[in-house]
Amino acid sequence: MTPAARNKPLALRIGAAVFVVVWLITAAFPFLWTFWGSFKVELDFFSIADWTNALTGERTEETYGRPFTGAGYFGAWVQEGFWRPVINTTIVCFFVVCTSLTIGTLAGYALSRSSYHYVFWLLITALIFRAMPPITLVSGYLPPFFQWNLWGYLPTAIIVLVAINQPFTLWMLHSFFTKIPRELDESAKVDGCTQFQAFRLVIIPVMWPGVITTGLFSFLLAYNDFAVTSMLLSEANRTMVPEIAAFLGTTYTEGNVMFAVAAVVSATAPIFILVMFFQRQIVSGLTAGAVKG
Amino acid sequence: MKHRTFFWFFLPTALAMLIFIAAPIVSVVLQSLFVPHEAVLIETENCGPFGCTPSTVIDQEATDKLRQEQPLGRFAGLEVYRDRGHLAVTEVRTAWAESESWGDFFSVLGNLPFYRSMAFTLTYTFTVTPLLIMLGFAIAVAVNSLNKHLKGVVIFFSLLPMIVNPLVGSLVLFWMIDSRGVLGSLIQYLADDPNLSLKASTGLMWISLIIYGVWHSAPFAFVVFYAGLQTVPMDTLESAQVDGATRWQQIRYVVIPHLMPLVTFVALIQLMDNFRVFEPIIGFNASAHAQSLSWIIFNDLGGETRQLSAAATTSVLTIIGVAILLSPVLVRTWRDFKEKA
Repeated sequence: MTPAARNKPLALRIGAAVFVVVWLITAAFPFLWTFWGSFKVELDFFSIADWTNALTGERTEETYGRPFTGAGYFGAWVQEGFWRPVINTTIVCFFVVCTSLTIGTLAGYALSRSSYHYVFWLLITALIFRAMPPITLVSGYLPPFFQWNLWGYLPTAIIVLVAINQPFTLWMLHSFFTKIPRELDESAKVDGCTQFQAFRLVIIPVMWPGVITTGLFSFLLAYNDFAVTSMLLSEANRTMVPEIAAFLGTTYTEGNVMFAVAAVVSATAPIFILVMFFQRQIVSGLTAGAVKG
Repeated sequence: MKHRTFFWFFLPTALAMLIFIAAPIVSVVLQSLFVPHEAVLIETENCGPFGCTPSTVIDQEATDKLRQEQPLGRFAGLEVYRDRGHLAVTEVRTAWAESESWGDFFSVLGNLPFYRSMAFTLTYTFTVTPLLIMLGFAIAVAVNSLNKHLKGVVIFFSLLPMIVNPLVGSLVLFWMIDSRGVLGSLIQYLADDPNLSLKASTGLMWISLIIYGVWHSAPFAFVVFYAGLQTVPMDTLESAQVDGATRWQQIRYVVIPHLMPLVTFVALIQLMDNFRVFEPIIGFNASAHAQSLSWIIFNDLGGETRQLSAAATTSVLTIIGVAILLSPVLVRTWRDFKEKA
């Protein structure tokens, strides 16, 4: 901070503070509200009579004798079997992150260590692929997947997600590997290592910060995907987000909106924890692309 | 690195992208040029004691054979592109010839699914993007002027709307603006109209979707601009102060020009991302009022009848749209590359 910045007039500082607080409320309040409301009955969460019911839980107390209830969670997890999509999501995310990092580091490393013209064209192609909305590719997947009986299974969705993820992974890892000095592996090669040995023995030990950041974004892509997973997975193999979308169709008619609310809160919780622990990496990943351009 | 080594390092990624991105694009383009075979019909005569009645039945064998021989379907050229569900060439031409005013013409266009969704997609893209850049910039400047210890908390909560799934995020907002939700009640109270519902009006629905879009993407702009603000050259800023620049002038003539490359970056990324708007329409249950190109594809593909060639055609049109939005990025990257070389 410059001295001048410290001498800001009081009004300006108060104005800035108020603005930031308003933004914080806008950003966080919907989540807190939904979290709080997920422990209520529907008549409290969607209260026609008095909005304070959603805070105090009057109807919830009438029904269950306590102002809080886990009925929504019980309904979603046990009655509607939300645990199954949770397991599916875990499997999908784990394998997508592992696979895309494995093949992505190899390719990203190669891109950063080669100075031929095709590197540029490969990166440009990746950029074009990154811009494709995944949903536009889906109608290209369906006929062959039906033909060869691949439709509906988790491995199929995993491979597709890995491929869709690759362009972004490449760009990110390429920029991280470019920052690792070439002299490291050059000197290893002078000492008699092959390129792969140089990669394994010298580069792998120092590449983890970049790989972890990239992995976070791969995870988010797999975790948040809706277009691909909802189209390529059968009902039994659904992941969380398509399952929530499917909930909407059935629960609005059956009056079990609280199941969907509980499912939404359950799906948000891991993201909340992730941001808590990896905030620094996420921010560096978001800005890495910007600085590189 | 030698070509050979490079090849082996790059092979797995290249295969994944070729098989699951490049090949599907080709396949989508092909599908959009074909339509499914119609069933082969044969005329037979049923002759009974009271004379003969002609009837048509489906020749299953011939139909199957035709489908086996040409699995892609019947070649239709640009027929699907020109039909009512897509570019609707005939309808537009008649409307152009017959409508008396621009208003008439646009109301006809508004009833054609492709143009209706195009109108929403473009309105959404080109209102959300500038708004989120302005909001993100304002937050970044405000946070930057506050105590440094606060910034961690602010960034933590700001990341949430961006990082949760768009479907989840839009649902969380949608339940609040529901006419029985807390914000919905507040709006009814403020407007003094107990029957006001966002779900009933197209205009209000569009506004809610746009507000959602800004809420969802402003954090990205904020984080990028905040990082950019840390690199503003202090000596330039100080010399501006010495020259007597006001705070606003410092921002206008020092900070904003310094951040301009970042603004371009955020704008281009967000234009592309907002163009594919899709999940909030599902979350807000808004398809009666607002449809986007992605939503049309999703709708054609889902359900009992998977209309592959209709979906493929909309996909190709969407890809063309993305390509137009992407072209400035490509030109810029090309220029950078030329400079370096």
